[in-house]
Amino acid sequence: MTGFPILSLMIGVPLAAALACLLVGAATARWVALLATLVDFALGVVLWGHYEIGGAQWQFTEHLPLFAGFQWALGIDGIALMLIMLSVFLMPICIGASWEAIEKRVGEYMAAFLVMEALMIGVFAAQDLYLFYIFFEAGLIPMYLIIGIWGGAERISASYKFFLYTLLGSVLMLIAMLWMANEAGTTDIPTLMAYNFPVKAQSLLWLAFFASFAVKMPMWPVHTWLPDAHVQAPTAGSVILAGVLLKMGGYGFIRFSLPMFPEASAHYAPLIFALSMVAVVYTSLVALVQHDMKKLIAYSSVAHMAIVTVGLFAFNRQGLEGSVIVMLSHGLVSGALFLCVGVIYDRLHTREIARYGGLSINMPRYALLFMLFTMASVGLPGTSGFVGEFLSLSGIYQMSSWVALISTTGIILGAAYMLYLYRRVAFGEQVHADAAAMADLSLREVLLLAPIAVVVMWMGVYPESFIAPIRADIGHLEARLVQAKPVGDARLVLPAGAAQRTTSAGSAN
Amino acid sequence: MNSILFIVFLPLAAAIFAGFSNKALGNTVPRVITTGALFASCLLSWPIFLSFLAGHAEPSVTPVLSWLHSGTLSFNWELRVDTLTAVMLVVVTTVSALVHLYSWGYMSEDPDCPRFFAYLSLFTFAMLMLVTANNLVQMFFGWEGVGLASYLLIGFWFRKPSACAAAIKAFVVNRVGDLGFMMGIFGTYLVFGTVSIPEILHLAPGMAGSTIGFLGHRFDTMTVLCILLFIGAMGKSAQLGLHTWLPDAMEGPTPVSALSHAATMVTAGVFMVCRLSPMFQTSPVALEFVTAIGAATCFFAATVGTSQWDIKRVIAYSTCSQLGYMFFAAGVGAYGAAMFHLFTHAFFKALLFLGAGSVIHAMHHEQDMRYYGGLWKKIPLTFAAMMAGTLAITGVGIAEIGGFAGFYSKDAIIEAAFARGTELGHVASITGIIAALLTSFYSWRLIFLTFFGKPRWAASEHIQHAVHDTHGHDGHGYETHGAAHHEHDHGSHDDGTAGYHPHESPWVMLVPLIVLSLGAVFAGAGFHGAFVGIETGGDFWKGSLSFDKGLFEAAETIPAYIKWAPFVVMLTGLVVAWYGYIRNPKFPALFVEQFSGLHQFVYNKWYFDELYNFLFVRPAFWLGRQFWNQGDIGIIDRFGPNGLAWVVAKGSVGAKRLQSGYLTSYALVMLLGLVAAVSWVMVG
Repeated sequence: MTGFPILSLMIGVPLAAALACLLVGAATARWVALLATLVDFALGVVLWGHYEIGGAQWQFTEHLPLFAGFQWALGIDGIALMLIMLSVFLMPICIGASWEAIEKRVGEYMAAFLVMEALMIGVFAAQDLYLFYIFFEAGLIPMYLIIGIWGGAERISASYKFFLYTLLGSVLMLIAMLWMANEAGTTDIPTLMAYNFPVKAQSLLWLAFFASFAVKMPMWPVHTWLPDAHVQAPTAGSVILAGVLLKMGGYGFIRFSLPMFPEASAHYAPLIFALSMVAVVYTSLVALVQHDMKKLIAYSSVAHMAIVTVGLFAFNRQGLEGSVIVMLSHGLVSGALFLCVGVIYDRLHTREIARYGGLSINMPRYALLFMLFTMASVGLPGTSGFVGEFLSLSGIYQMSSWVALISTTGIILGAAYMLYLYRRVAFGEQVHADAAAMADLSLREVLLLAPIAVVVMWMGVYPESFIAPIRADIGHLEARLVQAKPVGDARLVLPAGAAQRTTSAGSAN
Repeated sequence: MNSILFIVFLPLAAAIFAGFSNKALGNTVPRVITTGALFASCLLSWPIFLSFLAGHAEPSVTPVLSWLHSGTLSFNWELRVDTLTAVMLVVVTTVSALVHLYSWGYMSEDPDCPRFFAYLSLFTFAMLMLVTANNLVQMFFGWEGVGLASYLLIGFWFRKPSACAAAIKAFVVNRVGDLGFMMGIFGTYLVFGTVSIPEILHLAPGMAGSTIGFLGHRFDTMTVLCILLFIGAMGKSAQLGLHTWLPDAMEGPTPVSALSHAATMVTAGVFMVCRLSPMFQTSPVALEFVTAIGAATCFFAATVGTSQWDIKRVIAYSTCSQLGYMFFAAGVGAYGAAMFHLFTHAFFKALLFLGAGSVIHAMHHEQDMRYYGGLWKKIPLTFAAMMAGTLAITGVGIAEIGGFAGFYSKDAIIEAAFARGTELGHVASITGIIAALLTSFYSWRLIFLTFFGKPRWAASEHIQHAVHDTHGHDGHGYETHGAAHHEHDHGSHDDGTAGYHPHESPWVMLVPLIVLSLGAVFAGAGFHGAFVGIETGGDFWKGSLSFDKGLFEAAETIPAYIKWAPFVVMLTGLVVAWYGYIRNPKFPALFVEQFSGLHQFVYNKWYFDELYNFLFVRPAFWLGRQFWNQGDIGIIDRFGPNGLAWVVAKGSVGAKRLQSGYLTSYALVMLLGLVAAVSWVMVG
């Protein structure tokens, strides 16, 4: 595979297909989009197949200097590989979910999605600071369009909120990037990841990046754009928003904040912990009282992402690997949950939970899959949700038992709001005649949900497939963080007289 | 090929088959497949148990699949078989196989039959994964798996609001315990660097006396770990404080109550403490905590059991109380006795539940004992089975001669607790004796109310409904209830029967009762030596739990009044119940009138539900609304995006322009930034 620009190809295919979509009719546009996303998925499988575990840190690298020091530099490590896989896996499902639901301006809609796919792959593959910035920020433009044109009734105010939050973050991040490029004399991301910035400067740089990533995550209290954006977005928009766009914040922390500013990361870890703990409890409780299905799942996303941030700032392997797995798992599970909402929204055109009930009776297949994703969302062992959550939380426990305790309450609250949702939608009597008359999943819908269900179980039973590619990269990151690693609160003390020996606890401290 | 793989995975395969079986296959095929799989598992399990009993089996670990490896946190899917597992294997597979068979009759008319059998088999699979776990995380997998299956089974009649509520309550309350379990696993990994159970048990003694920081304070390491893990056990085994879900779980079909909420799942906590007994032995404080919680639960649940009218709720509280016995046995270090009681209890409690199911089946889904009476002549086999169960649970037997199952195991616990010699041990022992009095009373009360006296069926809505419908029709499932009840004049039936004729259950239901009756009668006498024998116990357990030979030796020499007290209180309970419910049926009402405060307190289950609603449920919803309306909308949005828009508007840019043209402005900002960036690099 050496030398073949597969990453550029993966970015190029959807871009070319987007152009084609704008030129052809609605029916053709659907097929073009589906074909292009499937080709990209196939390329992704090839990419994964040829990714050499334990090989070079950066693989499939491409380097093409453009003008004025600006360069087209791509390359991936295992973490980027997994996130690219997540993107290309969800994309055909999104096209499938929009097959019948989108009726106006189909060509433009498909083009927007394809452009977004190209930009998402770009974000995860970019090796140049400015290239990353372009992909990172531009990736949101198709999202604005999708919400603003094909969204619900309040779409303008939703995308406006989205815009305000994002703007604030990206301006600060850009300034920080400019300073960094000037200081280090390079825009090459791998080089910057090993560059030791002065500790004083790190603090400001960290905050600037934090402003952007915290919004994307989103972290409390800059999360309020998310429920609105989800509610207004069409189903596929929600899937990609929850599935991939929310992962950009976490990816940013892994790629920039942690390796480039380890000291500042350690310094600000308590801030991250505080915001995350608030998020777990606060947004879970808010999720409990929602009447709108999409809002409920959106708030639950904020709570899950808080587990990612505590894991990342635990500064140890379990926390870091767990966070990546939570990101992947949440991408799949929340995506699937939004699809589940979409299935019944398409039939009844309401997201009001109270308008449903007793769907297990007339939609047994739907009830089964919805149950599976509900359980994955509450982190039942055997599903992907457990693996990541378990690792992340065990990572943070080594740092602080308080943070671990508060964050772990998420497993109680999560069960409460998800099962309460499931009960109101799928259990109980059929009180509404129209809801009771809804047909069970069509073949198309089964084909959208079943692959996600398979991967969710796969990741739960044999997560090694997903951890093996990221192991070495997390190792590099861990090594980079050692210099700044804070001491945990456990401080195991053996009884006087007992031979002093180094336990794993000792090294964890 | 190793038979343990079949034992564990046959039920899973059957569950998947039944769950995905097409409607075209009907009810019979999934029923045959799941039941067949369970009987196969059961038949494969007994030889394993018997070879451990005979002493010529060695513990083994069968690898299945790699699971999770993150740095030094590494564990696999594997199946451990040792004596402790072997005991659980026969308990789980035997009761499960019998419950599957029983459900052929009990659930015969339910249209969702395949789903029910799929859940039952899934439950069994999860339970088997739990008892074969060789690391804490797989144990947690089984733990949560049985939780899921239990949630699905409690909510099986999902149209019924009370069943849905009970299902959610069971899951969420268990999750509170799971919080402790998870924290316990994290702490264990932090301290020992492994989650493998044998390694932990090997390293634990070396860690005794060390201290650790936890929540800002310093504690004894092993105490913190053991109590955290035990909180998990408290949730699953419905111990005081986290018990509230168990009585509500009776919303599920009765076979489920027998399998999950009596014989197997709820005993998982006891199993866990026994499995980790060498670890618990390193922390006297944790053991005292276990003893105190066990004894308190034992007493609390027995008091509540005396006042309930619903036949299943009486047995549910009885289960809760018996689990308390097992825990305080473990707490005083008599793990063999705890497992012995777990073993005998599985048989006689499953028997009582299935017997109750047979009664409920005969009485057209009436569960209120006030509407029973005089049933022994109508359903004599059920009556005989219930008698066997009652003789077992009340511990009928005479020291030195012999008795029913519960006699051996319960007396072993009471004696061991006393023999421990500590103050808490004595308190636990006395509590156990008082609870035995209450046990005897509520168990005989149940028998007398149900089977003796005159029929009181006429007042039951279910019976009226049945009589009105068509005689002898046994409509199953929720849909038969709640329809408008027509007042029916039964002038011709003044005998309290309303003209209703209870039928004995079909053979598929009676056979399990008979088999379990044998267990209730002989399990104590037959396995006494192996589980708690002074000379034989150590050889049987082979180190799979901490067997304290000295404790059982000491139990031989306890004062005679402790040895004979269980016998006396058992008779007392019987006599009081006989007086109150046969000799002088007006007496209970008078008693309640006299002590109405006490009765209300006990009848309302010590007001735990009310307290928790007030402390947790309502505040959670209230806080959620406050955070949403005041926090998100009132503060964050108001001063965040909306506030910014206001500032921008004031700043003469014009909100209108911003709102309509934000996309272009955004792109412009980005472009300008890039231009700036590029020029900076060029200049620099």
